[in-house]
Amino acid sequence: MKNKFTLTHLEELEYESIYVIREVAAQFERPVLLFSGGKDSIVMTHLAVKAFWPGKLPFPLLHIDTGHNFEETIVYRDNLVKKLGAQLIVGSVQESIDTGRVIEEKGATASRNILQTTTLLDTIEKYKFDAAMGGGRRDEEKARAKERFFSHRDEFGQWDPKNQRPELWNIFNGRKNQGEHFRVFPISNWTEMDVWQYIMKEEIELPEIYFTHQREVFNRDGVWLAKAPFMTLKDNEHYETKTVRCRTIGDISCTGLTLSAANNIEEIIDEIAATRVTERGGRADDMRSEAAMEDRKKEGYF
Amino acid sequence: MSEFSTKGYLDMELLRFTTAGSVDDGKSTLIGRLLYDSKSIFEDQLEAVKRASIRRGNEHIDLALLTDGLRAEREQGITIDVAYRYFATPKRKFIIADTPGHIQYTRNMVTGASTANAAIILIDARNGVTEQTCRHSYIASLLQIPHVIICINKMDLVEYSQQVYERIRLEFSNFANKLKLREVTYVPISALHGDNVVDASQNMPWYEGGTLRHVLEHIEIGNDHNLVDARFPVQHVIRPLSDEFHDYRGYAGRVAGGVFCTGDKVIVLPSLLSSKIRSIDIYKGSLDEAWPPMSVTITLEDDIDISRGDMLVKEENMPLITQDIEVMMCWMNEKPLQINGKYAVKHTTRDVRCIIQEVKYKVNVNTLEKIPDDLSVGLNDIACVRLRTTKPLFVDPYNVNRRTGALIIIDEATNNTVGVGMVGTNHLLNGG
Repeated sequence: MKNKFTLTHLEELEYESIYVIREVAAQFERPVLLFSGGKDSIVMTHLAVKAFWPGKLPFPLLHIDTGHNFEETIVYRDNLVKKLGAQLIVGSVQESIDTGRVIEEKGATASRNILQTTTLLDTIEKYKFDAAMGGGRRDEEKARAKERFFSHRDEFGQWDPKNQRPELWNIFNGRKNQGEHFRVFPISNWTEMDVWQYIMKEEIELPEIYFTHQREVFNRDGVWLAKAPFMTLKDNEHYETKTVRCRTIGDISCTGLTLSAANNIEEIIDEIAATRVTERGGRADDMRSEAAMEDRKKEGYF
Repeated sequence: MSEFSTKGYLDMELLRFTTAGSVDDGKSTLIGRLLYDSKSIFEDQLEAVKRASIRRGNEHIDLALLTDGLRAEREQGITIDVAYRYFATPKRKFIIADTPGHIQYTRNMVTGASTANAAIILIDARNGVTEQTCRHSYIASLLQIPHVIICINKMDLVEYSQQVYERIRLEFSNFANKLKLREVTYVPISALHGDNVVDASQNMPWYEGGTLRHVLEHIEIGNDHNLVDARFPVQHVIRPLSDEFHDYRGYAGRVAGGVFCTGDKVIVLPSLLSSKIRSIDIYKGSLDEAWPPMSVTITLEDDIDISRGDMLVKEENMPLITQDIEVMMCWMNEKPLQINGKYAVKHTTRDVRCIIQEVKYKVNVNTLEKIPDDLSVGLNDIACVRLRTTKPLFVDPYNVNRRTGALIIIDEATNNTVGVGMVGTNHLLNGG
């Protein structure tokens, strides 16, 4: 028999995340929420709104914009910001390229994914943010499985995975020296399924590209990528129209599309429950090597 | 198709459990099997592990490569840190805090144990209770993990003998008398062959209990929180100052103990002023009551000065308000504990400083004996320590409340968390 004082796993995860987000607002002077327009950052924003109601969000949203976006994501972002009355800051990778901070990758597989790290760190420095909340989850990737809720970054923005602070119970140590900052991951303990179930339970609106639609795509190394002006086809590749949707949303150049007819959250959940491939299985940025994520994270990636 | 139904999933409970073990005791095999048999390992993950295993020249697929996420871990074939893994069955969602089992990783085991509802302790059927069993059980007791599951593994190597199982069971329960474990369950398994992990074993018809997965799915977790002593550490004050909520002043926090109801009389610590709960708010609504570990916002009838670090409690059962605290401390840092040293302390949402006044004794975690003559406390040591804080803390004994009985010690020079303490000592060793 169920005890009256039990909670469902989604309630427990929600309460944990709200606690973490409130802890950020309480422990840091200039926190920011990293918003990509993907489902994880949308859920994190939703949790943040709940955490401070009836007050407003006590921190701005920061979007690191590669310039290689799905149009729908930007429309969604701007609508959300307006609805919440939140402040939006955009860090532009294009600007980092134009000012010579980074050099654009060349070749057909060029991606702006890695370049984002510089833009992110520059923006954090420019606005003197001392805590940046991200929607990273431990179930996503093996390097992320080792991540703390409160993850310390040195003055160069680097992560030292072998020398992380112990994190026990729900006591978070956000103390730091001048110039250092924290990355905080409020939904660390959520799985992909939890996120989708929560989106269904809370009736959270999502960008349209998460649902099935017709799109011109091409196949590269078994992954379906979207047609975009800045994508270059290799000799053996060609465009074709497919019924697809996004399982994750990142930079358009490295976000694999799923062949799917799922048109609502229930259908997406059934699809995910039956799938045998992880969501990052379609992310070209993770396939570069066995430690691709760890290496990027050490340098200051999301 | 999947065994999950869209609607059923919304009613699931969450169980956090920890596993400790070293290379040879089959821990990775066991976790691998739990994940694999519940379809929580995906094809691309399995492919990656297969490729890596072959590259390393391993004969079998090395499931440890799934959890050992850092480059250094894979290179050295060891688990350095706590790895969190997730899986779900149709009944529950599980979070595994997977920790290495060697003595030099005591701090990682303590970390993994701190949030766990249950601990799995593996005993090799060929070896019976060893020093390692002793250490893992002691940590489960120290961190007051409510449920302990003793998996007597490698039953295939002792011909699935009931006699061996019964002998080890008795051996462990005799030893466990020295500890304060709340609930112990025994399961004879073979992680390698899958006996009693997910499916009941054909080889051990004499065993009438449930499989490991069944045990994990049915442990009663509703009572793991203290529902008696009302504790609400104030985390953050919400003051919208908007037209609609002009005079709103809410105290945001997570219930750390007891049940709070609208209309309840509460006492504010440290001011000792009292008021009544006007509302318990959540997003766009209110609740009649709140219990641990819910995150809510409480508003009071009276305008009282309350800020982060204060605590709402009830008159009939107050916590201990004290500056002198005795804790069992696990030291987490290479730099040893300094007697008379000053450190920062975090306890619930409260920040104070402290001075270490005395180390009373250390504990030999392999034998559970006190070491009274060596009082130097270094990395991975566990010791009984007395400290004095600059301002009072509102504490409960750790065995009464795992949230209000826990604190962390921070080195003010490096800002690193260097020690963790559990308030009170009588829950550890009999006569301790």
